[in-house]
Amino acid sequence: MVVNASQDDPEKARRFREAALPYLDDAYTLARYLLRDAADAEDAVQECYLRAYKHFDSYRGPAMKPWLFAILRNVCRAEYARRKTAPTAVEELPEGGDQTPMWNEAPETPEKQMLRRFDGDTVRRLVAALAEPFRETFVLREIQNLSYREIADVAAVPVGTVMSRLARARAMLRSAWLAEQEQAK
Amino acid sequence: MTCEEAEVLIHALIDGELDAGHAREVEVHIEGCAHCAVLMKEYQEIRQAIAESDLRYKAPLELRRKIEKALPQPQPQAAPSRRSVLRGFAMGSAVSAMAATGLVAIVLRNDDEQRIENEVVSAHLRSLQAGHLIDVVSTDQHTVKPWFNGKLDVSPPVIDLTAQGFTLIGGRLDYVNAREIGAVVYKRRQHVINLFVAQTANTERKTAKVSTLQGFNIRRWSDRGLNYWAVSDLGADELSEFGDKFESAMRANKEG
Ligand SMILES: [Zn+2]
Repeated sequence: MVVNASQDDPEKARRFREAALPYLDDAYTLARYLLRDAADAEDAVQECYLRAYKHFDSYRGPAMKPWLFAILRNVCRAEYARRKTAPTAVEELPEGGDQTPMWNEAPETPEKQMLRRFDGDTVRRLVAALAEPFRETFVLREIQNLSYREIADVAAVPVGTVMSRLARARAMLRSAWLAEQEQAK
Repeated sequence: MTCEEAEVLIHALIDGELDAGHAREVEVHIEGCAHCAVLMKEYQEIRQAIAESDLRYKAPLELRRKIEKALPQPQPQAAPSRRSVLRGFAMGSAVSAMAATGLVAIVLRNDDEQRIENEVVSAHLRSLQAGHLIDVVSTDQHTVKPWFNGKLDVSPPVIDLTAQGFTLIGGRLDYVNAREIGAVVYKRRQHVINLFVAQTANTERKTAKVSTLQGFNIRRWSDRGLNYWAVSDLGADELSEFGDKFESAMRANKEG
């Protein structure tokens, strides 16, 4: 991992450090959820920061975090593609998958019954079990606090798609939550 | 509005992304529909549970080192002034070049303000992690204020509000909207208030607006070329009280 000579500009590196390194934990968190593997996440984030540095001259905003995430997401997609040829492929729903109406599968719960609270590890597991592209949308919204528009920019889809994916992600998570609750009884 | 529509739009409502008119429509539907009302309540509970669980990961130190090592090292003798660094980041109004398509976008609040509020809440959340809250620890405004000098183009006003029930505990540099900005940190009981202050070219006074995002309250206002965001898990009434006290102390300072 070496940055070539034309990139060797200490002032640029300084600006890049100040702008991009504060988001290292955010980037690593996103990569963990996208790739579901600590070592792969580490590699992806490293690659992301190097690519980001190379393209930093052309960076004009809007905000650093979504900009980094868009790069990171592409790195992770390359990793998906690599895994597809490996024995344990990451499951990914076809692009039309988010068109499935969600209102057919929302089980009713008795009114007034509060949802059970789970510990952090259980919640992480439930989120990590969401299928793509819903997991990505969900993590960008709920864990990274991005707005719909920023998510649309990161995932390169219209805002309407973000909205339907998020609705579906939450419906899936709710079902998983209820199932976990049932099991824990 | 049908349940099918409501079941998508309640998410945008929960996320504060709906414009006022559509938000009202969804609320009207929910008032008359037990099915959607239960769903909305459950989604809010899940959301609350997610917000309260720590679902983030911390980047390994080794990763940070590897990235640092791959970047050209700074030359200490040629350190540029903070001002020139900031100029590099002054990218103005950050309107995304990628326009949203589709009808759905029309019902969404479409503004920078929303995005920045999101960032401010993220910064607030980051600050609550262990060891991130304060760069300069002091309950003395005469220590905190000079600490910011030279670190930012414009130092945020630092006002002691202890007598008014809000204890000044320190200050911090933070990043919002791709810029370094000042955060002045207060406490009431165990609740942290981050007061983010950023310079703006617009000197028009804007009266306070309180909104809720991710379970946090935000009181936003502008005065004398500064934008303010006070963020806390305090109730909206107490956060408003904080803002009111701050603003009247500012007025007293100017007049006095
Ligand atoms: Zn309904």
